[in-house]
Amino acid sequence: MSSAVSAPASRAGSAAAPRGAGSPVAVQLQGVGRTFGDHVVLADVDLDVAAGEVVALLGPSGCGKSTLLRAVAGLDAPSTGSVLLDGAPVRDHDPRCAVAFQEPRLLPWRTLAGNTALGLPPGTPKAEGRERVAALLDVVGLARFADHRPRSVSGGMAQRAALARALARRPGVLVLDEPFAALDALTRLTMQDLLLDVLAATPTTVLLVTHDVDEALHLADRVVVLGRPTGAPPEQGAGVLRTTEVELAHPRDRGDAHLASLRAELLELLGVPRA
Amino acid sequence: MSADAVPLSGRSAQAQGLGGSDEPSSPRGLRAGFGPRRPAASGEPGTRKRLSPWWGALLPLVLLGAWQLATSTGNYPASQLPSPAAVVRAAGDLWERGLLQQHIAISAQRVFVGFALGAAAGLAVGSLVGLSRWADALLGSTIGALRAVPSLAWVPLLLLWIGLGEPPKLTLVAIGAFFPVFTTTASALRHVDAGLVEAGRAYGLRGIALLTQVQLPAAVPAVIAGLRLALAQSWLFLVAAELLASSIGLGYLLTESVNNGRTDRIFLAIITLAVLGKLSDAVVGLFERWALRRWA
Ligand SMILES: Nc1ncnc2c1ncn2[C@@H]1O[C@H](COP(=O)(O)OP(=O)(O)O)[C@@H](O)[C@H]1O
Ligand SMILES: [Mg+2]
Repeated sequence: MSSAVSAPASRAGSAAAPRGAGSPVAVQLQGVGRTFGDHVVLADVDLDVAAGEVVALLGPSGCGKSTLLRAVAGLDAPSTGSVLLDGAPVRDHDPRCAVAFQEPRLLPWRTLAGNTALGLPPGTPKAEGRERVAALLDVVGLARFADHRPRSVSGGMAQRAALARALARRPGVLVLDEPFAALDALTRLTMQDLLLDVLAATPTTVLLVTHDVDEALHLADRVVVLGRPTGAPPEQGAGVLRTTEVELAHPRDRGDAHLASLRAELLELLGVPRA
Repeated sequence: MSADAVPLSGRSAQAQGLGGSDEPSSPRGLRAGFGPRRPAASGEPGTRKRLSPWWGALLPLVLLGAWQLATSTGNYPASQLPSPAAVVRAAGDLWERGLLQQHIAISAQRVFVGFALGAAAGLAVGSLVGLSRWADALLGSTIGALRAVPSLAWVPLLLLWIGLGEPPKLTLVAIGAFFPVFTTTASALRHVDAGLVEAGRAYGLRGIALLTQVQLPAAVPAVIAGLRLALAQSWLFLVAAELLASSIGLGYLLTESVNNGRTDRIFLAIITLAVLGKLSDAVVGLFERWALRRWA
């Protein structure tokens, strides 16, 4: 997969009719703003994500990344602007969309298998669902823990089960809110490659929030930095500060020189200038 | 912060299966951090080891001994403090005539039926108030005020409205059971982890499906604690009902014994109430333990 998938948005926007389950869905954010009381969190966010594109969102804590993802998933209505999935506005939950939250959010009374099954598309036949759940738990390395309750596994394992739950949906849009933040460094790298494998097998539009610039550069076709411009008054909402295309085919070499220069650029933008 | 962080102690390294060679099915050596966070051993942090429940029998035995000692000195007249043997004789006497069984059966039945009615109503209204902001706004404060009314204050009104017989007693017990269940259910549903509810919504659960798959299960532990409280309160309200207006039942046995000066039977009634209350609580306690394992 190369950055060629980031097709022009006009093409993505034209496909208004819902496609079959599992095919990637284009996401358009048009002037999205969100205000809580008189606290302006997001203002005027425009972003076109082509079907099958992987976009990483970076930005300081509290700048509204999770809020933006919730709007995409139909869990929160933006105060202004609109979110379009394949050209149709999102009003409520959309079955083509699957979310892995910043926390695992597993149902404590269900086993990991039961929690993963919650992600299955509605109407999945029982036997097929069981098979798919078992396969996914194996993919995220939890096959042996299918019958465990969330409270008896580690936070990182719970987070992986939450990822399996999201993948169970065969989503058109996969919304990931810092999905690997709770994992140890090694597992995180493995899970990143695992996600790339899954995406190579079933092209999916991905919106991924992360604090890890390397993760963004390893996974994304495009890295979007959200935030307030320097010197802007604090009451101004966050918007898109910078969009960086990552034009490097997968599999990527984590030590690639081009990635290194992009990393330096992004870190500087995020307020961590090179010494 | 990361629970998956590199284990510091040898024990947890083992528990997390860092060796991992026993798991050939997992991809790419994805092994760091595998294994239960709490290896089902008893030494979980924050839980004290429970002592044997038999220790709970120690104090009653000591009390029994002291009671026996106090009566055998002869310092107290039997009309004030009957001996344990006298109470056992009173029990045997009433049992032989079939009266004790009758008192126990009717009281237990009243508690059981009243509790079932009150708990069911408490669950229904509590769910309504806990889930609907409208119901909360409309009903919340009224129910709060009714709750503040002491149990005995209801008795005259119930007698006036419903008359004698079983209905007023069952109603009083139901009132007693209603409030703990109502309060805990409403508050548990109001405080269901918003993150879990959102996750349910994110996977398409709505309305009844969200209620039965996320909200109710999440509230189960608190609701059961409420049921347990309600059962205790049911016994309280039962005695209130039977003391004032009845011709059978343990509360009646109490009043009748007071009128006849049968202190031995007063003791018998009190001890029987204590034992029945404790027994029914133990049954609900077992149910609670099962439910906590199942739902929490
Ligand atoms: N439901 C809410 N009510 C009020 N304020 C909120 C709500 N959700 C988020 N916020 C505020 O919006 C801001 C952005 O939150 P969030 O999107 O979680 O940030 P991020 O994910 O970028 O760290 C924060 O200041 C937070 O306090
Ligand atoms: Mg966030």
